[in-house]
Amino acid sequence: MSLLVFLGIWQGLAVYLNSNTLPTPEAVAKVFWLGCVSGQLPFHLGVTLLRLVVSFSVAMLLGCAIGIVLGRNKKLDAFFDNWLVIFLNIPALVTIILCYVWFGLVESAAILAVVINKLPNVIVTIREGTRALDQDLLDMARCYHFGKRKTLVHVIWPQLHPFVMGATRSGLALIWKIILVVELLGRSNGMGYQLHLFFQLFDVASILAYTVAFVAVIQLIELLILKPLDKKALRWRR
Amino acid sequence: MTDIQININNKTYPTATQPSIANLKLSLNSNEFICLVGPSGCGKTTLLNIIAGLDNDYDGEILVGQQHTPPKIGYIFQNPRLLPWRTVRENIELALGEHQSPDVIDALLEVMQLTQAQHVYPERLSLGMSRRVSIIRAFAIDPEVLLMDEPFVSLDAPTARQVRELLVKLWQQRPHTVLFVTHDLREAIALADRLIFLSASPMQAVSEIIVPIARSERGNELAIESFRQQLLQNHPEIKQLL
Repeated sequence: MSLLVFLGIWQGLAVYLNSNTLPTPEAVAKVFWLGCVSGQLPFHLGVTLLRLVVSFSVAMLLGCAIGIVLGRNKKLDAFFDNWLVIFLNIPALVTIILCYVWFGLVESAAILAVVINKLPNVIVTIREGTRALDQDLLDMARCYHFGKRKTLVHVIWPQLHPFVMGATRSGLALIWKIILVVELLGRSNGMGYQLHLFFQLFDVASILAYTVAFVAVIQLIELLILKPLDKKALRWRR
Repeated sequence: MTDIQININNKTYPTATQPSIANLKLSLNSNEFICLVGPSGCGKTTLLNIIAGLDNDYDGEILVGQQHTPPKIGYIFQNPRLLPWRTVRENIELALGEHQSPDVIDALLEVMQLTQAQHVYPERLSLGMSRRVSIIRAFAIDPEVLLMDEPFVSLDAPTARQVRELLVKLWQQRPHTVLFVTHDLREAIALADRLIFLSASPMQAVSEIIVPIARSERGNELAIESFRQQLLQNHPEIKQLL
C-alpha cells in the first residue's frame, strides 16, 4: 500500500516536472527490463554481490572471534581498546585509497578495504555481547563439565545471537555503501562502477533502475535469510 | 569413597575489608546428608562455589577421599540456571555429556513428574517445575557429591514438601554425599543426618548436631517440631543464626 502511494506521488511529480532528471516509474521499469535482458544489470549486480558475500563473511568471522576474545579477556581488551576506536572512526575513503595505493587496483585490495571498514563494527558489537554474558550459566556449564565447544555452541552463542544479528544487519547496510565507493574508485565492473558511468552520462533512469535492483536484493536477503534465522533462533521465547 | 575434608583458612573477596570465611574446618562422611544452616549472606554460597571448583581464589584446600581426581559434582543452584534456548530434556542431556543413557533421564523425569514437559522450553515452566528440572540434571550425572543451595526457596509449602520428598527418595535410591544449604531449620531437620550451624562474617562452624530421627519419621511434622524446640532449648547459641 505504502509502495503504491509512493509510486503514485513519483508518477505525479515526474509528469508535472517533465524533466530529464526525474523519469517516470514507467521509464525506469523499461530501462530495468532492458538491463536485465541484455545481461548487463545481472552481471554487475552479481559481481557486487560476490564481493559483498566474501567481504561480509571474512569480516563477520574475524569480528566474532576477536570480539569474543576481547569480551572475555580484560587485559587484551584494554590493550586494543584505543586501536579499536581509531579504526572505528577512520573515514572509509581513507582506507579505500590507502589499500589501492599500497596493494594496487586489484580485487584483494578492494575486499580488504571493505573488511577493514566493517571489522571494528563487528568487534565492538560482539564484545558488548560477550561482556553481557550470563556468568551464572557459564558457571553452570563449568560445573557440569561442558567443555569449550559445548559451552560455545549451547551457552555463549545463543546469548550472542541478538548481537550477531545486529552486527549482520548494520554490517550489510554499511558494506553495501562502502562496496560501491570501492568499485567506483578502483574497479571496472560492479554496481559502483556502473553508477559512476551513468552519472557521467547523466542517465538518471539507469541510476534509478539499478537502485531498484539493489533494494530488491536487500529485501530478498532480509526475507529469505535473516528473518528465518531469527525465527529459528528465537523459537524458545514466549 | 567420597568423604570430604574442607579446610578454608581464608577467603576474602577482592573488594571486601574482612574475610567472608576464616578457619573453617568441616569433614563430611561418605553418603551423608548434611544441612548447613546459617543466616543469609554468611557465605554459604561462597563455600559451595569453592567446593564445586567454581571459585579458586581462596587459601586452603578441599580433600576428597584418597582420590586425586576431583569428584563428580552435581550442583543445584539457588536459581535453576537452565538454558532457556534448550528444552527440558536437552538441558539434562547437555549436563550428561557423551556417556548418557536415555533410560536414566526417562526414569528421573517420571519420578519428578515431568515426562509431559520434557520437550518444553524452560520459559514455559513454573518455578517449581524448573527447580525439579535442575534437580534431575544434578541427579542424572550420578554425582558423588551433591551441592544444593537453598533449592526450595520461594516455592509454596506443598510444592516444597513434595519436591523434598522426591529428593530424599532419589537420594535413598542412589546414595551420595549431600551438602544442603538452607536457613529453614524445619527443612534442615526433615532432611539431614547432621546439621552444621554457621555464623556470619567471617563464616565459622558454631555447632554440629546429629539428627536422630528415623527416616520413616521425617514426614511427621510433630516429631520435627518437637526436635526443633528441644534443639533451641539445649543450644541457645544457634537462635541468633536463624
